Amino acid sequence: MGEWWTTVPVGTSMGNYEISSISHVTMSPSRQNNLVSMQSSLPLSLRSSYNGISAFCTEDTIPQCISYINQELDSLGLSSTCIEASSLEGADLKAVPALNAMYELMQIHRRNMCTLEELEKEQLKKSSTLDHMQMNNSRLKDQLELSIREKSGLHETERQLHLKIKTLQSCLKTEKDEVQKLQNIIASRASQYSHDAKRKEREAAKLKERLGQLLVDRKDRKLAIDVLNCLGRSDGKRSHWKTTKATASHEGEMYTSLLKDYEVSQRSLMLENAELKKVLQQMKEEMIHILSPRRPTRGANAVASQEQADSDGEEKAGDFSRETLDQSCEHAREQLTNSIRQQWRKLRNHMEKLDSQASQVQNQLESNKEVIPRETHEDEMERMRHEVQQCKEFIHAQQQLLQQQLNTSFDDETAALLNDCYTLEEKERLKEEWRLFEEQKRNFERERMNFTEAAIRLGREKKAFEEDRASWLKNQFLNMTPFSDHRRCSSSDGQSALSIKSEPEMRMSSTKARLVTSSTHATFSTPKPTQSATVPSTTELYRTLRLIPDSSSSRHSNRGRWQESSSIEDGDIRVKSRNRVRCGDLSIFSLGLPGSGRPSTVLHAERLAGPSAHRCVLQHQPFQATEGLLLLVKPLHSLAFILMLQGKVDLNTAPHAKPLYCHGISRV
Amino acid sequence: MNFSEVFKQSNQLCKVSPDGKYLATCVQYRLVVRDVSTLQILQLYTCLDQISHMDWSSDSLFILCAMYKRGLVQVWSLEQPDWHCKIDEGSIGLVSSRWSPDGRHILNTTEFHLRVTVWSLCTKAVSYIKYPKACQKGIDFSRDGCYMALAERRDCKDYVSVFVCDDWHLLRHFETETQDLAGLEWSPNGCVLAVWDSCLEYKVLLYSLDGRLLSTYSAYEWSLGVKSVTWSPSSQFLAIGSYDEKVRILNHITWKKIAQFEHIATINNTKAVVYKEVEKRPAVGSDDLSLHNITIGTTLFNTQSKYEICPPPVQVPVVKPDPDRANPKIGVSTLAFSSDSRYLATKNDNMASVVWVWDMQKMSLLAVLEQTSAVRCFQWDPRRPRLALCTGNTKLYLWSPAGCVSVQVPTEGGFQVQSLNWHCCGETLILLGKDQLCLCDDEKIGGNTPLQILNFTC
Repeated sequence: MGEWWTTVPVGTSMGNYEISSISHVTMSPSRQNNLVSMQSSLPLSLRSSYNGISAFCTEDTIPQCISYINQELDSLGLSSTCIEASSLEGADLKAVPALNAMYELMQIHRRNMCTLEELEKEQLKKSSTLDHMQMNNSRLKDQLELSIREKSGLHETERQLHLKIKTLQSCLKTEKDEVQKLQNIIASRASQYSHDAKRKEREAAKLKERLGQLLVDRKDRKLAIDVLNCLGRSDGKRSHWKTTKATASHEGEMYTSLLKDYEVSQRSLMLENAELKKVLQQMKEEMIHILSPRRPTRGANAVASQEQADSDGEEKAGDFSRETLDQSCEHAREQLTNSIRQQWRKLRNHMEKLDSQASQVQNQLESNKEVIPRETHEDEMERMRHEVQQCKEFIHAQQQLLQQQLNTSFDDETAALLNDCYTLEEKERLKEEWRLFEEQKRNFERERMNFTEAAIRLGREKKAFEEDRASWLKNQFLNMTPFSDHRRCSSSDGQSALSIKSEPEMRMSSTKARLVTSSTHATFSTPKPTQSATVPSTTELYRTLRLIPDSSSSRHSNRGRWQESSSIEDGDIRVKSRNRVRCGDLSIFSLGLPGSGRPSTVLHAERLAGPSAHRCVLQHQPFQATEGLLLLVKPLHSLAFILMLQGKVDLNTAPHAKPLYCHGISRV
Repeated sequence: MNFSEVFKQSNQLCKVSPDGKYLATCVQYRLVVRDVSTLQILQLYTCLDQISHMDWSSDSLFILCAMYKRGLVQVWSLEQPDWHCKIDEGSIGLVSSRWSPDGRHILNTTEFHLRVTVWSLCTKAVSYIKYPKACQKGIDFSRDGCYMALAERRDCKDYVSVFVCDDWHLLRHFETETQDLAGLEWSPNGCVLAVWDSCLEYKVLLYSLDGRLLSTYSAYEWSLGVKSVTWSPSSQFLAIGSYDEKVRILNHITWKKIAQFEHIATINNTKAVVYKEVEKRPAVGSDDLSLHNITIGTTLFNTQSKYEICPPPVQVPVVKPDPDRANPKIGVSTLAFSSDSRYLATKNDNMASVVWVWDMQKMSLLAVLEQTSAVRCFQWDPRRPRLALCTGNTKLYLWSPAGCVSVQVPTEGGFQVQSLNWHCCGETLILLGKDQLCLCDDEKIGGNTPLQILNFTC
């Protein structure tokens, strides 16, 4: 309210306007009439008062003012509060009514202000919506304009297209015309061409005719055949006259040849037909065969009866067709095709059924795939458990029975008897073992003897070798010295013979010795005291040869080998083999290879007449002597090789060869 | 493989007698008859002029030598060297001369196809057949030598005359439904006559011996049509090669198409074996390239070649024909059945370096032979399913179901094989060069020549 009053002095006209406007607004329509009347009455005085002085009320005009205010209040509907002067002429007012009136006025004023605010707000809102609307409107207007423009553009293109269509149509028309024209031209040309061609051809024909005529007329001199003498016909016949008979025969021949051809083709067709029929028949039979055995299996099925009827009918048809197959085609064909069709249908149905069944089964399988194994597994487990249980029970029962037997029926007598039995058995076994042991011992003894002999021979050979070496060295020395070639040759010759100095005598003795067999062996095998100095001890030899048995088992195996060899060659030969063999002209040796132990792997070494000619045979295959023997002996002491070539192959003198490679050297 | 020495020949005139014993060759105006086995000269005849055509009579007793320029035909007897025969066609001219099947008549076609003159060597009689048509194959004798079919043109219409060769009696004369008959051919059994129209129209007509029309076949219209027609030796199939690069096989019962062989540039068929000839030049050091080497040896330029098997797909070289030219180089021009009717060899003109071999039992492509140069000639062995071909270089190529091999002709001076002929026994091949010939004795092919070694293809 204070504001109000302060604004009043600033601009009265403004305030006036505002007051009026406010009064306008705040006044209810019912009061408007009053107000209008009041205003019409009021302005004069009010204006005059405003114009005159600034104050509304003066000391003098209190009552008028009061009345005026009262009127105003009345017009405002505040008739209950009437401002009265406390005194008739006094300047004081009764305070209560004045205050009431003021309060009322203030209330009215506040209410008016509130409404004013609300109205302002509303106005703002309205104006904003108005703006929005306007904007919307303008946008829509733009859109409209745009679409209108578009529409016009489309219209334009449409028009153009129409134009184009029109031109194209006209073009097409012209083209069509052109095509038509061209076609016409082509047709006319073609006709003209054909016509011309025909004309030309006719002309040509005419020319040809004419030419022919001319040539015939001219009686071309040159046209001639010049044959030395006429030939006979190629078929040897004479030529025929041209007669009607001949022509008839030609016709006949032609027809026969045609007929023949047709017959041939018919025959081939018939053959083919028969073949096809056979195939068909077979197919039918197979079909029937396939379809019929199903019957009993699905006798329970609902379809069975129908199927049976079907197959019956089909069988009948099959029989029928079989009969009719041999009939003429005309009649048979229909039935045949019908029956085939029927069967085919049935087969197809059957196949479909099978298919569906198969798929069902598969589905079932797929669904049961995991269940079934588990069940079976469990079943199996159960069964096995049961079996185990049974077995356990069985064992238990047996044990019990045994216990019972032992406990009840065991007395001293039987025990002694049993004991006796056992000892007897043991004794027997021991005896057997003892015998075996004895045998082994014997064998071992024999072996030892052999080795002793071998050692003696080795010693002897060693000696010989030493001698040999000495002679060789001597030779070498002599060769190195500037002597004549001849000398060297002779010496080398002597060397190649690999001679032991005493060879001739020995050979001589061997011829004698050969007559003596095992008895001489003993004399030869006994170690000579003169040689014993060079002979190593048997154990030493064994050790060097790694033949000392580590255990009885190895000895056993060794013995086994000996046994094996002895089984191959009888003792006599072995004795011979151990014998020193020397022969002058011819000496044949056979060496059983220990590894194979078979008589087939016998190496025959043959020394022929002459010192250097040798032949050896391994498994019946001749080798070059030196090579073959070298092959055999190479890893051994070279002495063995030398001796063998010399014809003095002796296991006693070549002890290395004996146990390792040559099981027995025998003279054949 | 043994190659004989090289002999001279001219005009590629070289023929083995039908009995297979003699080899006749023409050298300029001389006719030389040799023994096939020894190649010794048996007879030497001298003609009046350069020989342009030579042919054996069916009984191998006579040889016909035609000199077209002079309109002359000379006949020589092998048994009686003194015997001679000269036929002069006079001023009317001569364009073609041939034996009749009995070997006692000579059929001469005069210039302009005015007439066919039939000369009898038995009676000296002469008879004329008028209006023969000038076409691709206007005369055909049946295989048994009984009948002759002759294409005629009278009054702008095509006719076929069937003559009995025995006495030249006209047996049948009928008009054919052709625009412009191009050729006719008897079936090997002599009962069906195939007649085909010119390339402007695809039309094949089949006539019975008595002139009845058995069937008409047309694969398409408005395009270039038949290019070649061949009967299978069994008379079972009729193969028709056409400008659309296809071969159509008709059967002998319904005369309908039973198979169609397409010559497609990209071979995707996995069952067919594609042999590709690969040339391999022998490595020559730079020092070897002296002038001396070049001058003495064609061997330097002789390249080794071998076949390689290409896995499908294989792209075959194609030459696009000139559409403005007449007789465009496109379509199947050559067809040949093997002697057992089991295989069919074809050549498509726009794939000139390729020979196609089709299996007639499976009706499918069996083998494709891609050569390095255009195939000049191919021919089946008359005894075995074996195909020999040449491409105008120094090599001979052989195909059999077992494999494929290329053989260098080991002759001096670069013998270029232009054409080849099988001897009727199927053991010997006659290779014709430009003016040379060479016999190739391949008896060992059945044994252990590379053909067997190349067995890996199966």
